[in-house]
This record gives sequence, C-alpha cells and structure tokens, in this order.
Amino acid sequence: MNINLKIWRQKGVKEDGKLHNYRLENVDPNISFLEMLDILNINLVKEKRDPVAFDHDCREGICGSCGFMINGRPHGPQRATTVCQLHMRSFKNEDTIILEPFRAEAFPVIKDLSVNRQVFDKIISSGGYISANTGEVPEANETKIEKKYADEAFLSSACIGCGACVAACKNSSAMLFTSAKVSHLSLLPQGAKDKDARVINMVATMDEMGFGSCTNTGACSAECPKEISQENISRLNQDFIKSSLMGILKRNK
Amino acid sequence: MIKENLYSKAPQGDLYTKWEEYKKTLKKLSVEEADQYKVIIIGTGLAGASAAATMAEHGFNVHAFSFHESPRRAHSIAAQGGINAAKNYKNDGDSVMRLFYDTIKGGDFRSREDNVYRLAEISKNIIDQCVAQGVPFAREYGGLLDNRSFGGVQVSRTFYARGQTGQQLLLGAYSALSRQTEKKKVKFYPRHDMLDVVIKDGKAKGIITRNLLNGEIKAHSADIVILATGGYSNVYYLSTNAMASNVTANWRAHRKGALFANPSFTQIHPTCIPVKNDFQSKLTLMSESLRNDGRVWVPKEKNDTRKPIDIPEEERDYYLERIYPAFGNLVPRDVASRRAKEVCDEGRGIGPTGFAVYLDFKRAIKEKGEDFIREKYGNLFDMYQNITDENPYQTPMKIYPAVHYTMGGLWVDYNLMTTVTGLFSIGESNFSDHGANRLGASALMQGLADGYFVIPHTAMDYLAKEKPLQKDITEEKEFVDAIAKTEQEIEKLMSIDGEYAVDEVHRELGKVVWDNVGMARNEVGLKSALKEIPKIKDKFWKEISIPGSDKDINQELEKALRIKDFIELAELMAFDALDREESCGAHFREEYQTEENEAERNDKDYKYVAAWKYCKNGKPELFKEELKYDNVKLKTRSYK
Repeated sequence: MNINLKIWRQKGVKEDGKLHNYRLENVDPNISFLEMLDILNINLVKEKRDPVAFDHDCREGICGSCGFMINGRPHGPQRATTVCQLHMRSFKNEDTIILEPFRAEAFPVIKDLSVNRQVFDKIISSGGYISANTGEVPEANETKIEKKYADEAFLSSACIGCGACVAACKNSSAMLFTSAKVSHLSLLPQGAKDKDARVINMVATMDEMGFGSCTNTGACSAECPKEISQENISRLNQDFIKSSLMGILKRNK
Repeated sequence: MIKENLYSKAPQGDLYTKWEEYKKTLKKLSVEEADQYKVIIIGTGLAGASAAATMAEHGFNVHAFSFHESPRRAHSIAAQGGINAAKNYKNDGDSVMRLFYDTIKGGDFRSREDNVYRLAEISKNIIDQCVAQGVPFAREYGGLLDNRSFGGVQVSRTFYARGQTGQQLLLGAYSALSRQTEKKKVKFYPRHDMLDVVIKDGKAKGIITRNLLNGEIKAHSADIVILATGGYSNVYYLSTNAMASNVTANWRAHRKGALFANPSFTQIHPTCIPVKNDFQSKLTLMSESLRNDGRVWVPKEKNDTRKPIDIPEEERDYYLERIYPAFGNLVPRDVASRRAKEVCDEGRGIGPTGFAVYLDFKRAIKEKGEDFIREKYGNLFDMYQNITDENPYQTPMKIYPAVHYTMGGLWVDYNLMTTVTGLFSIGESNFSDHGANRLGASALMQGLADGYFVIPHTAMDYLAKEKPLQKDITEEKEFVDAIAKTEQEIEKLMSIDGEYAVDEVHRELGKVVWDNVGMARNEVGLKSALKEIPKIKDKFWKEISIPGSDKDINQELEKALRIKDFIELAELMAFDALDREESCGAHFREEYQTEENEAERNDKDYKYVAAWKYCKNGKPELFKEELKYDNVKLKTRSYK
C-alpha cells in the first residue's frame, strides 16, 4: 500500500513547528505503525535529513513510552491499542495520515512527536504509594483480600502512564491518570494507611502542574489504550470529599 | 593465558544459615551516618528502583539515572508471567531447598550455590514486601494469594498479576522510589545515558553521562556506583527486549576493568511470535505461563501445508509430551527451544516461513471453558491477535524461539561487587544466579532480591569502611579526562558521514550473532563469526551516517553509541562460546551432545565461570571461578 504522511516537525520546545509531507510506497500492511516510521527514518537518514523523533521502547503496549495523535486521536483509530501495537492494516491504500504530538500545556514538546510527561512522576511522588519500608512488613497471606477487590485494584493499576487521557481531554485534565492510582491503592486494605493525605496531595499536585479540570465527558476513558474505567474518577471524587470533610485540607507533608 | 582464579568471597559455613549469619557481621550505618554518603545507581528497573528506594530509606543520598523519561518505563515492565517464591502456600512440597535445587539444576550446574540459596531464601520476603506496597497479585476466591506453575519445576510457586506481573512489580518499586523522591532522598535524572565509569585511586567514584535532551556531557562523583542496567539481548538485533535496552553501561565498566562473565550464556525463549518480514523491529514474547494450558505440536509429516484444524489428532506430533512425559510442555526454556528448532530444521515447521510450531489451547478451552482461559491469559491473547491478525481462541498460536534474557553479565562476588572496587552490579546486569539457563519467573525474583534485600546490606558494609567524599570531586583529573575522551568519541562518530543508517549495521550484526552464537553453536560457525564481526565493526566506523547535531536530541547518535559496544560484545560472546568446549543449558555446542540430542556437560574441564578481561587490541583474557557443589550432586539434567 502507499501512504501519505503529514508529520509535525518541531526542533525544540521554544521553536515553532509545522506539518511536513512525506510519501511512502509499497508499505507491507502487516508491519506495525512504528515499523513504518522506522522505514521513513532510515530513508531520511540515507538522504542525510533529520529523522522524525518519537518516543517508543517496549513495542508491546506496556511501557507507556509511545503515544502521539494520529488523525486527531491519541494512539490512532484502533480501540484499546497503543501506537506500537497498531498495524498498517488499520489504514487503506493512499490514505493521508496526520501525526502530531500530544497537545497539553503540561506536556511540552521536546522534539517532533516527543513530549515531556515528567509531571506524571510528580503526581505519583506526591502520594501514589503505600508507606512500607523494605523488610518492615507482615507476612503476605496474613491479610486476605477479597478477589473482587484485588481484581478491581489490578484493573486500576494497569494504567501505563502514556498520557493519552490528557491528550484526549478538551481541558487537558489528568483526572483519569490520577484517579486510577488513587483507586488502585485505596481499594486495597494496605492502602488505608495514607488514604486521606494521598488523595488530597495528589489532586493538589495535579492542579499545580497545569492540568485542566475534569468535566466528565469520558473522552479519556474512551481513548485509553488500557481501557481504564471512568469509575476511577467517581471513586477519587468520593475519596476526595470524604478526606476533605475529615478536616485534612492542609497538604500533609 | 589464565592468570589467576577468582573467588566469590562467600563466607564459610552452613549453606542454610550462611546469609543470615553473614549479615550479622556486616557493618551498619545509622540514618545520620548514611546521610554523609552519595550513591549513584544506573538504571531504574526492578533492581535499580528497589535498590534506590531501600538505600534511601536507610538514609543514603541516591542519585538515580535512566535513559527513560520515567523509572516506570524500564523494560522490567514488560515481564509477563510471574515471580517465584518458596512460600509453599499450595502445600505441594515446596521449600527453599527445592527452589534452590530447581534453580541450580535449571541452570545446568553452572551457577554459584551460595548465591542461589540466598536468592531462594529471600524469595519469600519479596512477596511480603510487594503485597505490602499494594501489588495486586492474583487471588483465589477465599482471598489468599494464587499460584501457577512454570517450566522446569513440578510445584506451583509462581505469583502473578494476569500477564502483567512485571508491570505491577515495577510500579510497586517505582512507587517506593517516588516516595523517596518526595523526601528528597532520591534525585532522579531522566533521559541520561551513562557513557563511562570514573575510577580514582583504584575505586569507582563516579560516572560520565550524556543528557539526551541537549547532548551535555557531564561528570558526577559519588562514594559508590551501582549498575542495574539489565541485559544485552539486543546484540541479536531482534529480541524480546525493548528497543533501547543496551549493554553500554556494562561495557564501559568492562573496558575499565570489570570482568564480564559467561557472555555467551543467552536465553532463547521458546514461545515468541515468529518473525514475519524484513522490517521487523522487535519480537514479542508470549508468556511461558501459556504452557500450563497450551500444547506444543507440529504435523508428523514434513511440509504439511494443511490448516491446523484439518490435521487430525493422530497426524500431530505433540513432541514435548512425547519426549518428556514427566514435564511435558513445561520443560525448561532451553530444552523447549532446541526441540522447536529441531522439528523445524527437519522440515516439519509450520506457517509461511516454516520456522514456527503450534501452541494449541483447544483442549484447555474445551475442558476449562473460554472464560477461564480469558481470565488467565486475556491480555496475551489480545496482544497475539493484534500482532498476527489471528484469533488464538479459534486457531492455535504460531510460536518460535527468540532471544529473551542474558544470563551472562558483569562478574560479581557474593557482595555483588564487580572486580572494580566500589562498582556493584545487580539484577540481569550481573551474571550471578542463573548459571547457563534461567528458569521462568526467576528474573523478577532476582532483580528484587538484589535490590531490596542484598545490595542495601552489602553496599552499606562497603560504605561503612569508606570515608565519605562529602564533596563534588568532578574537577579532578580522572573526571576531566573521562569527559574529554567521551567527547572525542562522539565527535568521531558524528564525523563519519557514510551511507548507512545505524539500524542497518545493527541488523547485519544481529544476523551474524543469531546464526553463529544463537540456539546452537559449533566451532566452524563461531570462527566465522570472529571473522565477520571485525568487518562489521569496520563498516560501522567508516560507513554510518548520523544526521543532525550532537548538542541536541539525536536518536541516531544514541543508537550509534550503543551499537558500537554491541559490536565489541558480540566478539567476546563468540570467544566465550568457542572456549567452552561443552554444552550446558542454553549454550549448546553441536559437537557436544548425547545420543538423545541433549546438552552434554563436561564437568571435569568446564565447571567454572568464564570471566573475561578487556584487552585493547587483543584477545580477551580469561579468568576462572571454579564452581563448588557441596550441597547438591552434579548430575545430567533429565526432564523425562
């Protein structure tokens, strides 16, 4: 198949970018989307031109490195699929495909399709953990956890931190990301320990980092490659109200 | 050629109490004392993140470096199947001794007894730690932790979180690390490559890094350097490793005097999605746990092109069940891989290339139901369908072996210190626990054992005997020289201006290594690899092209700096494989096999760890660590 690419090229965070046109012919529909970009880049290198920068690593849909907009959708057209798991068979011969970086104030463009998502680490370090020093913990089977809670916690903690939820949201809210971590930990009995401080601090950090507010449109969950449920947001809201009411309004540092 | 023997420095005494007794003799520092020291950790996967978190809890000031933007991106995240622990929750006769024995036997008697016993012992603490952190392991309906079986063992001791165990464990370690970042005990340096180790007065005292965002070359000094940089499977170009996984940190340490042990011990995982075309960039693993319910087969006849559904039961060869009635589909990885290669070489392979075998779930789906299979392996089945466009609930998976893990790595003593004083190596980056073949679900176990439970004790002991630097010493000559050398090397790479993209040379290297130092090796092939690799090296240094500037984000330069080291490593792998005139575990020399085509060890001459010293412009120099087996009897592995 032949494809026409329009790719956002931007040299750095402070520079302006624009779409550039590229054409690739005789693309095997069974190669992955990123392998298609590899081919383009090898061609560019051979022509002594600057290859397109994009983040990727595991190419198994789990590390969360990859992600950009394909025809206006984070990770492209296929449901529950990261860019690295997308294949060219999802497109048609002579399609025009537009590639742009995730757009959000909190995710500055590093170069081309690569963005800086370090703010996610800041949200996690402000409370996305259970305080349990190495070696100072009880025997694993001492606390039974009902299977349904363990399974639910797993689903929340399956988030890969790719940022598609932020890119999909018209307000660039990080609510799905933050709520998934809050839910994962508060669904488990071990997580009860830091519960109040966790939700208050993580929400405060999220607000500080320049993410917008959540208006419950559900775009985040619809575009999430791991299908993280919107229910996490409801859980966070409940936890947040409870913890706030309990008088823990001050950041607990 | 062999200068002297290496000693593990493992303490004397009873194997069963050795580690606990030894820990009592190690020096301790109070939190206030530890605060005087700076610790550099390279890599923030399972081993690096768990070490960083734990050392910070003890009061050390940790500086953690990664080429990723976040610790959560490390390749540990992709581990699927599970983590072993000798908890014996299933009451099926498991014990520390049994896990120890299975690991020694699985490694084909080429690992160190003392380390492996310690690993088995610690396995239990790991599960406790992870559960306390909130790792959502699979549970039974009663609320207790669930287990499953993995290859090479007959007990059920693998803890798991669907097919995403590595992800959940890494997120646990990452959260522990993040907690310390918030407390300012860990400083994380994202998007930094380590390009050199700096040695001062005979001790590792710092590193040289390149900031991938702006190309800045910078020196960092510290009281100790810990490498947690993973394995080197990407020397084969195609592997199940992530695209950027590399050997550079380890290789630079090797060039500075750290011995590299058993480089040719590389694991080929039996169940991966087969290569489909020339553009393939990486291979995808299908977890070994699938062999709990999947049955491996090929047609009995050669060149049978019928669809699997049209091949009746009596015309199928379930060859693992046939050859190994006791372990069946759950034989160790090296055995399952070699047998797959054998049936394909016979012409009985399936699929368009003939290099694939079936992994069939029909019986399990019939007996246990599709929902049961979906619950257990859902994400793996989805991933398979996504990549191959075939539905594994309806038609058997096609699989073929692929490079997955490297047992070899930097030589370390019992304290996990390399042959460079003050330079430690943990997790996959060292050679220590898996001998010539790693059992499934043991990589996560080792990474976390080293990071949470071993290095915090041994590194503290080392530091307690060292006077803290308490200042930045990067103005000193050793650091300034190392920066200059690194800059010169980058300048040289940028000036090549040839015709080839770095990936093209890498692909060429990968083919030579796969063909000659892959699943089966022989003298002729290894010698030809030793002739071919220097040609590839020459081509790399004369004909690659790196557009753009080195003072900017430049992904081609990043790759070139890594491939350069892979080329040198490939040569060492071939030397090592040639030197070891026996077959053991994953190292299968065709000249040394039994009548039943199993690996034939030679314990009289090769019961040692081969640790190689880097020699500029010459043959690497071999040092040996003789392996002693006082607690197990050496025997030929049998899984029949």
